[in-house]
Amino acid sequence: MLFKAKSVIVSTGGIGKLYFVNSNSWECTADGFALGYLAGAELADMEYIQFHPTGMCWPPSVRGILITEGVRGEGGVLKNNKGERFMFKYIPPKYQGKYADTEAEANAWFQKVVVEGQKEEGVKERKPPELMSRDVVARALWTEIKEGRGMEHGGVHLDIASRRTPEDIKKKLPSMYHQFKQLADVDITKVPMEISPTCHYMMGGLKVDPETQMSNVPGLFAAGECSAGMHGSNRLGGNSLSDLVVFGKLAGEHAAAYAKKAAAPKIDESKLSELNKEMNRPFENQGGEVSYKILADLQQVMEKGAGMYREEALLEQGLKDLEGLKKRLEKVSAEGNRMFNPGWHVALDLRNMLAVGEAIMRAAKERKESRGGHTRTDYTGYAKEFAKKRILVRQKGGKMEILREDLPQIPKELEEELVSDHLLKPEILKQLRGEA
Amino acid sequence: MGQVHMRVYRGNSEGGQFKDYQVEAEEGMVVLDVIHKIQATQSSDLACRWNCKAGKCGSCSAEVNGKPRLMCMTRMNEFKEGATITVAPMKTFPLMKDLATDVSYNYQVNKRIPPFTPKEGAAWSWEQEDVDRVQEFRKCIECFLCQDTCHVLRDHDKMGKFAGPRFFVRIASLEMHPIDALDRTELLKNEHGLGLCNITKCCTEVCPESIHITDNAIIPLKERVVDKYYDPLRILWNKVFGK
Repeated sequence: MLFKAKSVIVSTGGIGKLYFVNSNSWECTADGFALGYLAGAELADMEYIQFHPTGMCWPPSVRGILITEGVRGEGGVLKNNKGERFMFKYIPPKYQGKYADTEAEANAWFQKVVVEGQKEEGVKERKPPELMSRDVVARALWTEIKEGRGMEHGGVHLDIASRRTPEDIKKKLPSMYHQFKQLADVDITKVPMEISPTCHYMMGGLKVDPETQMSNVPGLFAAGECSAGMHGSNRLGGNSLSDLVVFGKLAGEHAAAYAKKAAAPKIDESKLSELNKEMNRPFENQGGEVSYKILADLQQVMEKGAGMYREEALLEQGLKDLEGLKKRLEKVSAEGNRMFNPGWHVALDLRNMLAVGEAIMRAAKERKESRGGHTRTDYTGYAKEFAKKRILVRQKGGKMEILREDLPQIPKELEEELVSDHLLKPEILKQLRGEA
Repeated sequence: MGQVHMRVYRGNSEGGQFKDYQVEAEEGMVVLDVIHKIQATQSSDLACRWNCKAGKCGSCSAEVNGKPRLMCMTRMNEFKEGATITVAPMKTFPLMKDLATDVSYNYQVNKRIPPFTPKEGAAWSWEQEDVDRVQEFRKCIECFLCQDTCHVLRDHDKMGKFAGPRFFVRIASLEMHPIDALDRTELLKNEHGLGLCNITKCCTEVCPESIHITDNAIIPLKERVVDKYYDPLRILWNKVFGK
């Protein structure tokens, strides 16, 4: 089937399926990123991937399924195998002084704000460190688990049972209660949940104009997770929904306006038949391996090379491994016919997944610092040379090219408006302007 | 858990048959995991719909050992060791391929239900009791297992004459909404065939969201139809006063 369009909006979601442990749906196979990239669009911020701290980790079949942040919001606490509430040890410099540093203080805040419903502003205690941003909590979990303080299935405990009454838990977190009861035989009103980090969200994507959502390819628009820029290096909970609503509308309006003016597209018939051939190739390849094997290996390569923690040698090895997978994909076989054929679909998805996997690794290799959803063991902390740079990935002469680009400055009038609306603190503005 | 013996339906709109698979199962697996394992290791073209794997999206409906179930919420350890487990597509809907059926009938019915229409000038706050009543119906994930099991659709093929339990739930959520202005009673009686339901409660039994479909949706709707059209006093009143 051929769709001729003057403008196209890419809204294909994320990349979760590139990783073995992820919270995403089966169709999050990075297609939009790769389609845009192959059409000549620039990708930005591809190194920034959010690992959500609380994914289910037992039984194996549910590994990665998301546990809502709401559990911590309702008072849930994180504990290691010594029963220690460990998050107090992990308050990073940027959050020093903003979170409670003792259990007593955190508990007082919990009692007043969560249980009694008092306004946060009127409470003198600071909030519990379990509520810090997702990257910080996920890294703390990872460290606890790696240093041997994890539970039997390789996670840590998220405990709401000892914090709220069974009635409250069932009322406030009904789907979590059912999810654990049915899938893991765990009654979360009685015992803690075992959890570990899971790949959740891609902050990077197609670089688009913030006013029109158009990429550098005329007529190609993007909105949602597959577009870049909205969430910086680390998305906050709840923000992707508003992202979709606002930028989806902008993309729609501008794509429509563009289509009204644009000329009808010309289709290159030879390219079409080439594409057709490529798509059918898995049926013609006799005796090759099944796509699912390559997918499983890709997920391991990504976890190892560009997981929560990255380092030069592992990234280099990962890039080599991806090349090997690309060679294997050329010979992949599919059985049956083209109707509703998941094995064939995976074979087609893999082309996109491998391209995007490479983009992630190359961008991660380029950013020699740690920031938000990008953490390097060999370059810890922020580096000044990257503070105002974003990494771009694009195709040139059939090869992947990496560039550094200056981040656009916030317009002065917007800065002032943000400050006067109390959305930006004056001292942060000073930092942004390089005055502090 | 060791080896499990699966019989999975393979076929399309022209016909098909069960195929046997031996699968190595791991602890904690659900039926959907076993189907995925078959795809990955034995039949990569085995078609099945799925999405969330957490009983929230309602995509992986099938008949497991003859019972309409969500495959992702059916754990393997509920079956006896060594037992054969059959997985078939939903019988009520036309088969596309293997475990994937064409459920578009449901979307057609849905279009024939006038949507929520708030009363003009109504206050947008209401009693908790009213919220809870409607909230139960809104738990529906549209897995269509109730439609699949309902004998009016399944055995008597009343598609087009009978909306089915899912849509009585939807209509109940609208009719019982404190500020909805429409009356869908006539529609229920004439177009959606509410009278064909003989409240055997099969729909309630298979609902993965435990919605009390029969007791809380269908019976109250039936009462409304009876009140309006079959109450002898009302009929008499209407005759006398010429309504």
